[in-house]
Amino acid sequence: MTEFFPPLDLNDTFWAPWATQKDFAWNAQIVGMGIMVSLSCGLIGAFIVARKLALMGDAISHGILPGLAIAFIATKSKALFPMFIGACGAGLLCSFCIEWLHKKTPLKMDAALGLTFTSFFALGVLLITQMGNNAHIDAECLLYGEIGFTPLAESIYWGSIEIGSRPLLSIGLVTLVIILIITVFYKQLMVTSFDQTLSVSLGLSVRTVHYGLMLLLAITIVASFESVGVILVIAMLIFPSTTASFFFTRMPAILFCSFPLSIFYSFGGFFLARWLDCSIAGSMVVVAMACFGIAWLFGTENGILTNLFFRKKTILDHSN
Amino acid sequence: MGVGCGLMGGFVVTRKLSLFGDTLSHAVLPGVAVGFLWSQSKNSISIIVGAMIAGFLGVFLISLLKKTTKVGLDSALGLVLSGFYAVGICLLTRIQKMEFGNQSGIDRYLFGQIAGLSTQDVWAMGISCILIVLITTIFYKELLVTGFDHGFARSIGLPVDLLQYFLWMLLSFSVITSLQVVGVILVSALLIIPAATASIITQKMKSLLLWSALLGMVAGVIGTYLSFLGGRLPTGPLIVLTSTLLFILALFFHPENGLLFKWLRLRGKERKIALENTLKAVYQELEWNNFSQDTVQLGNLAKRRRISMPEMHLEAIHLVKKDFAFLLPVKDQVLPSENTLSLSPTGWSEACRIVRNHRLWELYLTNEVQYAADHVHEDAEKIEHVLGDETVRKIERILSNPKTDPHGKLIPSQQDIEQGYIDKMIAKNLP
Repeated sequence: MTEFFPPLDLNDTFWAPWATQKDFAWNAQIVGMGIMVSLSCGLIGAFIVARKLALMGDAISHGILPGLAIAFIATKSKALFPMFIGACGAGLLCSFCIEWLHKKTPLKMDAALGLTFTSFFALGVLLITQMGNNAHIDAECLLYGEIGFTPLAESIYWGSIEIGSRPLLSIGLVTLVIILIITVFYKQLMVTSFDQTLSVSLGLSVRTVHYGLMLLLAITIVASFESVGVILVIAMLIFPSTTASFFFTRMPAILFCSFPLSIFYSFGGFFLARWLDCSIAGSMVVVAMACFGIAWLFGTENGILTNLFFRKKTILDHSN
Repeated sequence: MGVGCGLMGGFVVTRKLSLFGDTLSHAVLPGVAVGFLWSQSKNSISIIVGAMIAGFLGVFLISLLKKTTKVGLDSALGLVLSGFYAVGICLLTRIQKMEFGNQSGIDRYLFGQIAGLSTQDVWAMGISCILIVLITTIFYKELLVTGFDHGFARSIGLPVDLLQYFLWMLLSFSVITSLQVVGVILVSALLIIPAATASIITQKMKSLLLWSALLGMVAGVIGTYLSFLGGRLPTGPLIVLTSTLLFILALFFHPENGLLFKWLRLRGKERKIALENTLKAVYQELEWNNFSQDTVQLGNLAKRRRISMPEMHLEAIHLVKKDFAFLLPVKDQVLPSENTLSLSPTGWSEACRIVRNHRLWELYLTNEVQYAADHVHEDAEKIEHVLGDETVRKIERILSNPKTDPHGKLIPSQQDIEQGYIDKMIAKNLP
């Protein structure tokens, strides 16, 4: 019987993946994928968290499932474009449904949210199981993803030059688009996130920005669900910015924090998974959770220890 | 099981904790895995204990995050949900690679399959269902009070926090026992959807709980039945989709709160208001002619109501249908706007009533509520359609049966109505 924790073989865990050129190419793709997934999610996530929409991300990530399934049934392939359209459509429909239920019926926001996305998800699971075994997407893969399959995916060629594997390429594109959009529309995103009255008086449409953000979220989720699964996407959305918020209070700093954090998550998760021989995406989130725990304890802004220390000090100040 | 979840859901939804159930159902996953690892077999008891502990840890972490940090509740829920889930996934994938892992099909906990239940599982489920029903009936009052009025519950000496934890325990209990049937993700659907449906059907807590349990049961039975029909149909999603269907039915077709009937009622009211506005326009047109003619031109009416000619024509047809007016026969070579219309006796009295309501209210606002005379029209436009006879008498008494409104126009009197229009016209135009 194998032990649950195998002995930590330093050489095998840390060095072996990079030893030969073939291994290096293979594993670099996995880690690169991880970095880009957590980076794009982290950037979007900062705004999602600031708008208190964290669970909207949860809802949309579940809600895109029927869209994916329908796109797959319609085209019989995993081609990026139809999948993308289907998922975005389903994601937007999901967020429309939630808002409609919230506004037009006596249901409260949380109930509307829970009701919509679980129904969408159930529909998606039903469709996927109906497709049977010939489908390349199976429900489990969607749920917790397998980033390790990244290098296995078919490559995309430009003429005769190989550019890279499909998921890697698509997430790369999405990451670029997100960085671009955030830099261009930074001001609009900030204003609508933090001061809706001001943004209305400035003539910005809060609704447009909201749905734009939802669309961006759907795109990110579509590009990353294959590798991290729909539920762990939420972790990637929320963890970086909340972790960073224990050290920084300003938005740019939190956004920049996503870069080192995502690199750390990916490498950490990769090594952890290699050691324990378990799901890479899962261990990435476990690493993210550990980072969050450390930040929670030691963070300079509102960390537990800082709070204890400062509170004592202020009490002392008062008594003097 | 549907009953248990439905009952719990009633409490959950009314406390705005819907997403709590969702979080809890994800958070129990590592517990399931550890429980499995502990006993190295699919033993219900160790799994349930493990799941309970994980669920509690999750709940505890959420409240800790809420208390010690500035992280919002939604983010806290998301953090715990995804973090715990990730740990669970790691453990499960690890277990599958260990020697005894493959025997169990432990990933059934993710989606659930009712056919794979053992007798032991069914017993556990039955017992938990009975337990939940019992506890909710015994502690109904306490749970109700703490759910709706925290401060009051505390002031009458109820252990609010204890009850809260108690509820959470019940919740995780029902989540865990339903896991095997519907799987981790869809448990929350079973918590939320029947209760949400019930909240559309009724407003009272007791009947809400009953409905919610009933709906849960119906969805469970239908969903399971459907899954037996086809070969590979999964149970969980079918149960959820059935309850979604029930929700949609209730949302649209419930006689009182259903959207369809609400819409129909609203439309009925809108049409009534449009009709009354047209009648008022006819009255004003007649008045403008000093009651010297008995007909009005549709074109003039359209101008008064600020609507297009085709719309006006439809309105006129409505009036005729309701026996409020006659469309006079069309003479040769006239424009549509020169068609004429004359009021029937009922139409006349109805038009008088509306104008009277309008002008009385204007007068009431200026004299009694001290509004400026140029501010009262908008208000009267709305109120004229809803004033009842009794209120009108009351206003008349307060204003001591006035003759004119603040703008100096005559208020149509009871006598005008009884006299009828033709007689009024004749009386007016007699020297």
